[in-house]
Amino acid sequence: MFNKQRLSSLRGKLERWETETVEPGLSRFPERAEAFTTPSGRPVKRLYTPLDIGDLDYVERLGFPGEPPFTRGIYPTMYRGRLWTMRQYSGYASAEETNRRFKFLLEQGQTGLSVAFDLPTQTGYDSDSPMAEGEVGRVGVPISSLEDMERLFEGIDLGRVSTSMTINATAPQVLAMYLKAAEVRGTPPAELRGTAQNDLLKEYVARGTYIYPPAESMRLVVDIIEHFFRSVPRFNTISVSGYHMREAGATAAQELAFTLANGIEYVRSAVERGLPVDAFAPRISFFFGCHNDFLEEIAKFRAARRMWAAIMRDRFEAESRESMLMRYHVQTDGVTLTAQQPYNNIARVTIQGLAAVLGGCQSLHTNSFDEALGLPSEVAVTTALRTQQIIAHESGVAGTIDPLGGAYAVECLTDEIEEEAYGYIDRIEVMGGATAAIDGGFYQREISESAYRQQRETESGDRVVVGVNAYAGEERIPIEPLRVDPVLEKKQIERLRAFKARRERGEVERALGDMRRAAEGDENLMPYIIEAVEARATNGEISDTLRGVFGEYRAATIV
Amino acid sequence: MEGGRRIRVLIGKVGLDGHDRGAKVIVRALRDAGMEVVYTGIRQTPEMIVEAAIQEDVDVIGLSSLSGGHMSFFPRVLRLVRERGASDILVIGGGIIPEDERERLRKEGAAEIFGPGTSLKTIVDYIRENVAR
Repeated sequence: MFNKQRLSSLRGKLERWETETVEPGLSRFPERAEAFTTPSGRPVKRLYTPLDIGDLDYVERLGFPGEPPFTRGIYPTMYRGRLWTMRQYSGYASAEETNRRFKFLLEQGQTGLSVAFDLPTQTGYDSDSPMAEGEVGRVGVPISSLEDMERLFEGIDLGRVSTSMTINATAPQVLAMYLKAAEVRGTPPAELRGTAQNDLLKEYVARGTYIYPPAESMRLVVDIIEHFFRSVPRFNTISVSGYHMREAGATAAQELAFTLANGIEYVRSAVERGLPVDAFAPRISFFFGCHNDFLEEIAKFRAARRMWAAIMRDRFEAESRESMLMRYHVQTDGVTLTAQQPYNNIARVTIQGLAAVLGGCQSLHTNSFDEALGLPSEVAVTTALRTQQIIAHESGVAGTIDPLGGAYAVECLTDEIEEEAYGYIDRIEVMGGATAAIDGGFYQREISESAYRQQRETESGDRVVVGVNAYAGEERIPIEPLRVDPVLEKKQIERLRAFKARRERGEVERALGDMRRAAEGDENLMPYIIEAVEARATNGEISDTLRGVFGEYRAATIV
Repeated sequence: MEGGRRIRVLIGKVGLDGHDRGAKVIVRALRDAGMEVVYTGIRQTPEMIVEAAIQEDVDVIGLSSLSGGHMSFFPRVLRLVRERGASDILVIGGGIIPEDERERLRKEGAAEIFGPGTSLKTIVDYIRENVAR
């Protein structure tokens, strides 16, 4: 970017600045620490200059928004055209309660929905299963039946709002219920927009809502990819997620590397199925966290886009631009929020949300300040949404594309994170790819190591966490997180039992039998699962039938 | 350790919750503090936890729950511990548990319930001071 002669003269001048200006001052005013590092452990220099990005080829490495390698953004006008989608993850208690919260958020100016399902729904147990006891409606909405799904979206136009669903092992039946609920209300599949998380690999690493062994999980992932690009073409079939691995302790570069390595594995599996890459790849989306370190996070997002474009072009020979551009959702990292002095979290979320926007996200969830204490209250979730609206309309950063592009520090960090992440990806490929690396515990060990290092840094006071290990004066702010009434669990169970009693039992058995036989072969299971849902089979019944064919997986415990 | 055996702890994730960053960090911290620690892994039932605790002859059971199911699971573990005649095991817990529910769990027999933001040192010290030697 700069000519060689000027760089070499600059090098001399930088050295002079260090000896003449910096060093004399250092003896009188020493720096606050010997070394400055990000929470991910990345060293940060005192000053970045053109020397740090000297041979950066602008066109090749940065280019223009809307064109490969998309470093500066995936759309030609970015937020000048349309702001990111403001999408708060939400779901609790019951379908009716969650429906009420959805409508509240839409009234407050939210522009997309994001469904949190309860753990029984995510792990394939109906609300009336003994395995679900005590967990119905606790961390999300319980969806056992088509009727539950219909209640969840009552009065919401699914042709107009896009819906993201954090659903993985039970994604086939939950999506089938969504398609059916939309159809009943007159919205055809071709008009539905949204995202299914459908990312099982990271479930074995963090989060833990897998059911079946990895090979069978991958089969279902690809079944969804295949069925949807043909029948529900505007829906994102997968959201390859780094967020949960980051929350579990991964560094910024590990998050990026493991996510992309998983993305490579999914594309490879779909290609092995015989699907043409440019047909399905445009519907792959991503999901990252946004942690505290402002510059490193922005650099991570920029590196992510550039890497995915190169991966799709070079490894998979994608030709369409849509296959190469990385669209992603961001959630501010919950793990950075503190139970102590909870209002401080509003400031943390603002910094993180701003980094996500400067990084170029397509949709954003900002966390509520009370999330270290429980489910967010209405006041907390509104404040979180308002934070995004202030970034969008008041901060000015949405008016110009990638405003930090070209900053010496940001470009240098972007390159460094990219290099570190490629290093991990190469190691993972040598291990045989993401599935093999996870099976061998590689991701898990790396993440566990980072998590423990971070905790020790906080406890030793080496890393200041305001209100926790510094400025931790005794103060009591009364926070009343949302509580779920245990009576709702009983009500949901009664309602589900009534639903089951009303069905034509023979129809359910026939549809589940067809699905079982298909599962024993190698057909795409989605049409069979849709038929089972039409016959009023429940999430748990479909899961149990598939457990019978695929078996249940128990992951090794790696500390 | 002077003479006596090392403190033995079982850390258990009960219910369907898969978030075990905190549990794993505690496992490592207790090991670094010289204790012998067994980690059950995720998705354990109260029965599995208590059975493992008795098999492993532990002094302490540490339960982790971030999914809001603690008011169902923790009392079941406490009841099973009593039924199996293992009331000498110290049962502690942690997670996203509101203060009033921590109090209720203590009344039901939990030795201590740690809320979010508790330091590792607090937990290590608590165990050292409260395990009957």
